[in-house]
Amino acid sequence: MQQAGAPARWVPEKREQTWLAWLFDWKPFLIVICLMPAVGLLLVFLTYPLGLGIYLAFTDATIGRSGVWVGLENFIWLAGDPIFWGAVFFSVFYTGVATVLKFALGLWLALLLNNHIPFKSFIRAIILVPWIVPTVLSAIAFWWIYDPQFSIISYVFVDVLGWRDTNIDFVATAWPARWSLIAANVWRGIPFVAISLLAGLQTIPPSLYEAAMLDGATSWQRFRYITVPMIMPILAIVMTFSIIFTFTDFQLVYAITRGGPVNSTHLLATLAFQRGIPAGQLGEGAAIAVSMIPFLVFATLFSYFALARRKWQQGESND
Amino acid sequence: MATVEVTGVTKFFGSTQVLKDVYVSIADGEFVVLVGPSGCGKSTLLRMIAGLENITGGTISIGGRVVNTVPPKDRDIAMVFQNYALYPHMTVFDNMAFSLKLANAPQSVMEDEVGRAAKILGLGQLLHRYPRQLSGGQRQRVAMGRAIVRNPQVFLFDEPLSNLDAKLRVQMRAEIKELHERLKVTTVYVTHDQIEAMTMADKIVVMNHGVVEQFGAPLDLYDRPNNLFVAGFIGSPAMNMLEGRIEDGAFRTPDGAAWPLPPNGTGERPAEVIYGIRPEHLRLDPDGIRTTVQVVEPTGSETQVVLRCGETAMLGAFRERVSARHGDVLPVMPDPALVHLFDRQTGRRISA
Ligand SMILES: Nc1ncnc2c1ncn2[C@@H]1O[C@H](COP(=O)(O)OP(=O)(O)OP(=O)(O)O)[C@@H](O)[C@H]1O
Ligand SMILES: [Mg+2]
Repeated sequence: MQQAGAPARWVPEKREQTWLAWLFDWKPFLIVICLMPAVGLLLVFLTYPLGLGIYLAFTDATIGRSGVWVGLENFIWLAGDPIFWGAVFFSVFYTGVATVLKFALGLWLALLLNNHIPFKSFIRAIILVPWIVPTVLSAIAFWWIYDPQFSIISYVFVDVLGWRDTNIDFVATAWPARWSLIAANVWRGIPFVAISLLAGLQTIPPSLYEAAMLDGATSWQRFRYITVPMIMPILAIVMTFSIIFTFTDFQLVYAITRGGPVNSTHLLATLAFQRGIPAGQLGEGAAIAVSMIPFLVFATLFSYFALARRKWQQGESND
Repeated sequence: MATVEVTGVTKFFGSTQVLKDVYVSIADGEFVVLVGPSGCGKSTLLRMIAGLENITGGTISIGGRVVNTVPPKDRDIAMVFQNYALYPHMTVFDNMAFSLKLANAPQSVMEDEVGRAAKILGLGQLLHRYPRQLSGGQRQRVAMGRAIVRNPQVFLFDEPLSNLDAKLRVQMRAEIKELHERLKVTTVYVTHDQIEAMTMADKIVVMNHGVVEQFGAPLDLYDRPNNLFVAGFIGSPAMNMLEGRIEDGAFRTPDGAAWPLPPNGTGERPAEVIYGIRPEHLRLDPDGIRTTVQVVEPTGSETQVVLRCGETAMLGAFRERVSARHGDVLPVMPDPALVHLFDRQTGRRISA
C-alpha cells in the first residue's frame, strides 16, 4: 500500500566507506583477527605446556633447580632402564587388552540396547554410570574391592559361597595386579564405547536390514555385511579416543596400585609422574612423558587411516 | 512366477486394526496395483506379503504355498523400497550381486547375472559407483536391478517413484511396465497415485481404512465403481456427485432440475440416491439441464468448465471449445448410459 504523496521508490542511502570498514572487508585481515583468540588460547594453554615439557625432557632439571641442557642424556639413560621398559610393555599391553575387551563388550552391549528390550531408556541411563562417576571415586571403589583383606569378591567366594579357603590375591603380585587394573579400566571404559556405538547403530536405516533379509542374509551375515561396515567410521573415531585415553591413563593405576607391586604395573604416565614429582627428577619424568608421543601418534594414525577412510562416504565421483 | 493369494487377512498393531479381512487373488504374471489414500494400509499389506510384518489373521500364500510362517528370505520375492534401501558401502555391482554372494555363487555367475540386469536397465556404465554418486532415477534403477538379479517369483514395489520428479516418474512408469512385459513376473505395486494405478495395472486393489473397496481391472473400476469411495478415487478429474431423489422417472436435485436416469435394471431403486456423472460424460446440449458457468479452463485438447447446478458445483470436460463466460447459462446433458447411481445410505452402487 503506497500513499499518494510518498516517493515512488525507496533508495538505499550510500554510505562512505571509512578505512576501518575497508580493513574489515579485507579477507586476510579478517581471517587473522578472527583466528587470533583461538590461536592465542592454543599457544598459551596447549603449546606452552607441551613445549615446556619437551624442553624439560632435554634438561637435567629437578624440583627447585632449573637445570641445564643435556641433550639426549635422559633418553639414553632411560633406554637402559628396565623399569622404563617395563612401563612401556605394560602401557602397550594394558592399552591393547583393555581396548579389545572394551570394544568387544561395548559392541555387544550396544547391539543389545539397539533391540527392543523392556526398560530400554532406564538401562541406557544405568549403563552410563561408570562413565559419569569421577575416576578417582571409582578407583577408590576398586581399591576397596581389590583389598587383600576386605575385598567383597573374596568375601563372597570365601564366606558366602565357600568356594575358596583363602582370599583372592588381586593386587599383591604382578600378573593378578595387571589383570585387575585392566578389569577396572574396562569397566570404566565400556559405557563410552557402548553409547557411542549405539549412536552409530541407530543411524543405520532399518530398511537396509530388511533389504538384506530379503536378499537372504542370516542374522550373522547382516551383522557382518551391514552393521560392521556401517559403524566402521564411528568405531574408528571412538577407538582412536579410547586408545589415547587408555594409553595415557593415570588415575586408576595410581589410585589402586601406585605402580606396584615392585613397579610391575607402572604405566608411562604413572612412571613419569613418579619420577618427576615425588622423586623430583623433572627432566627424567618429562623424558618419559615425551616418549609416549610416538606411540600416541602411531595409534592415532593407525586407527584413523586403517578404519576411518571410506570411499563410499565421500561424495566425489571416481570415474 | 507364481500366484499370490491373500485370504481374509487382518493386521493389528497393538490394539489398532490396520487391515480388515482383506481378500486379494493375484494370478500368475499379473501386475496388480494397491492404491488408496495415505495410511490405508497398502505398505502394511505389501510388507506382510514380503514377510517383514507378521500376519495377525488369515493366510497369505505364494505359488500355492502358505507362507505365514516362512521367513522373508525363503519366500522367493524381491522388494523395491520407497527409499530404495541401497547398501551405501557397496558399489552398484556389489549391491546387485549381494544376494548371489550370500548364496555363495561363483564370481562368473555374479558377473553374468548382474550384467544381464544391468543391460536391461541400462546401468552398464555405473557398476563401479557408490549409491551416493547416483541420481535419484539411477538409484531407483539399481534398486530394481537388485530385484531382477534375484530372479524372484514375485516383485513387490512400495511407491518406487514417489521420490522422483514428475517427468522422470512418467518415464520410469513406462520402464517398469515394459520390464513387466518382458519378464512377466507377478508384481504387486503400491502407489497412492491413481493415474499410476490406472496406467500400469492389470488389476487394481482400491483400499481405504484397511478395507478393500474394490478389486478389478482399471477400466472396470472406471466404468462400474462399486461404491462412492471408488467412484471418487478413480478417474481424473473426479466424478461429479449430486444428491437428490428419484421421482417420476427422473433424478431430481433439491432445486428441481431433472436429470435423466440410466436404463433401469432389475434391482429396486431407493428414493434417496447420489447421482454420479464423470466430467467427460457431460455433453453440451441446447435442450439440456441449465447450469451456470463459474470458471472456464481451456487446456487445448479439451475445455474444463466449473459449473453450478443449484447449490452443487460440478465439473464438465468438453471436447468442444467453450466460449462461455462467468455467469452465462450453459445447458448440459449427461449420457444416461454412463450415469452411476449410488444408494445414499450405504454408498453402494445401485446396479443398473
Ligand atoms: N509399526 C507400526 N505401529 C503402529 N501403527 C502402524 C505401524 N506401521 C503402520 N501403522 C499404521 O498403520 C496404518 C497403515 O500404514 P501403512 O504404512 O500401511 O499406510 P500406507 O497405506 O502405506 O500409507 P502411505 O501411502 O502414506 O505410505 C497407518 O494408520 C499407520 O499409522
Ligand atoms: Mg506406504
